[in-house]
Amino acid sequence: MMRDITIGQYYQTESVLHRLDPRVKITGTFIFIISLFVAKNITSYAVATAFLTAVILLSRIPFSFIVRGMKAVVIILFITVVFNLFLTPGITFVSFWRFKITYEGLKTAGYTAVRLTYLILGSSIMTLTTTPNNLTDGLESLMKPLKVFRIPVHEIAMMMSIALRFIPILMEETDKIMKAQLSRGADFESGGIIKRSRALIPLLVPLFVSAFRRANDLAMAMEARCYHGGEGRTKMKPLVYRSSDFTAYIVLCLYFALVITAQRVGML
Amino acid sequence: MSIICDHVNFTYSRGTADEIQALKDISFSIGDGEFVGIIGATGSGKSTLIQHLNGLLKATSGHIYINGEDIYDRDYSLKELRNKVGLVFQYPEHQLFEETVLRDVCFGPKNQGLSNTEAEMRAYEALQSVNLMEDCYDVSPFDLSGGQKRRAAIAGVLAMKPEILILDEPTAGLDPEGREEILNLLKTLHDEQNITVMLVSHSMEDMADYAERLLVMDKGRIIMNGNPRDVFLNAELLEKTGLSVPQVTYILRELRQKGFDVDISATTVDEAADSIMRALGL
Repeated sequence: MMRDITIGQYYQTESVLHRLDPRVKITGTFIFIISLFVAKNITSYAVATAFLTAVILLSRIPFSFIVRGMKAVVIILFITVVFNLFLTPGITFVSFWRFKITYEGLKTAGYTAVRLTYLILGSSIMTLTTTPNNLTDGLESLMKPLKVFRIPVHEIAMMMSIALRFIPILMEETDKIMKAQLSRGADFESGGIIKRSRALIPLLVPLFVSAFRRANDLAMAMEARCYHGGEGRTKMKPLVYRSSDFTAYIVLCLYFALVITAQRVGML
Repeated sequence: MSIICDHVNFTYSRGTADEIQALKDISFSIGDGEFVGIIGATGSGKSTLIQHLNGLLKATSGHIYINGEDIYDRDYSLKELRNKVGLVFQYPEHQLFEETVLRDVCFGPKNQGLSNTEAEMRAYEALQSVNLMEDCYDVSPFDLSGGQKRRAAIAGVLAMKPEILILDEPTAGLDPEGREEILNLLKTLHDEQNITVMLVSHSMEDMADYAERLLVMDKGRIIMNGNPRDVFLNAELLEKTGLSVPQVTYILRELRQKGFDVDISATTVDEAADSIMRALGL
């Protein structure tokens, strides 16, 4: 089941997008998300669709793989659409029993669905084309100005990358402990809520113990390598902008300008 | 209890990009009361194989018979199977969770539906058999030493009184004394209670000393199946798969090359000593 969630996962392949600087991709995702909220008519959505399609094609990630990540949010999407559809006041389109669907409801529901879908697709593209390490490096670099306000930017970035790195390890550990307890006759599947949550104790206790043990080991290993925070720390692969990154920034600006213009002069 | 594996295949994450066939056409049978060793390089499929034997993984094709019954039969109870086949994972001490050692060992028997008193009797017996002293039954398992934790965890499986005991590298990370203790415990269980034992290990010496039969795995297949003497005679093949033969066997081979008429099929230190004595005519 866990394998189905592609949000936050990295997809290994060779593409222009994979090679872009993570800072460009993070900024780009932000601009794309903002543009989705600027867009309110069909023309501007057409621009966003064209842009998203181009990006997906450039990423060389199979579309089916990207869509698989959507499964997890289908329910949220469905609920939003239903609420928008039935609860928006306006001119009645159809009505039955106590429910009525308005023209306005239809429109908002449609736009919300598209907006949410694009939002998830857009941010999935970012994580699918960027390794977690690159992503946190990018974030750290982008958040650097916040240091003025005494925000521990480096520490936050480090915590993020460690947390991301630990996810697969802990999943594997969970699987192992679960199997060990199943071998001792544990039953995780039958009974009511109380019985089931009690059955989790033999799984959770060892999992916590092992998480702490690993954290301890990691801290020790970091200390042994003289880790002392971000001050004066250099990088093996520092982030450097290349010409393609500047091109990407220009494309992003053009895209954003286009969405705004389309919103102004477009129809509907 | 006998085990028969009949053309078992297993593939991890079938139908996705990272599909791996971990077991390829595995067939073997193990008789009642045998002591069988499984050796193979890392990633050869040993751990995957033993997880099939108590139903934690289900073969993509093929059949497994425990005591003549097909475990993939629709009305075969997995719970029953896990009562009969005890599986001790690698680093079993990582699964300890209860407040006291005794209660942790009781976990298995209680899951079998035994009453508190019965479970405690079983736990007592199991803890005694792994040589844990009574003064640590009421302390937290997290306060024990590494070797004691390991023994407590093994007791947790023994308390379920399995008829087949399968252990995945039970001696990994223990000191020589701890290793010996655990291996001797297995031998006693096997000799006195006629339990079928399957042991996964990377130590060729341990295998030569304890196993009656060896299964050698390589890249998901069983490439050799025979008694340790015969298996270790084939040093070239074993080395090709990333394994080795016991050190004494290497010494005997060297001696043979230097012109001594020694028996190179000896696998234990005692056998080797005998063979050298005989060669020297003493």
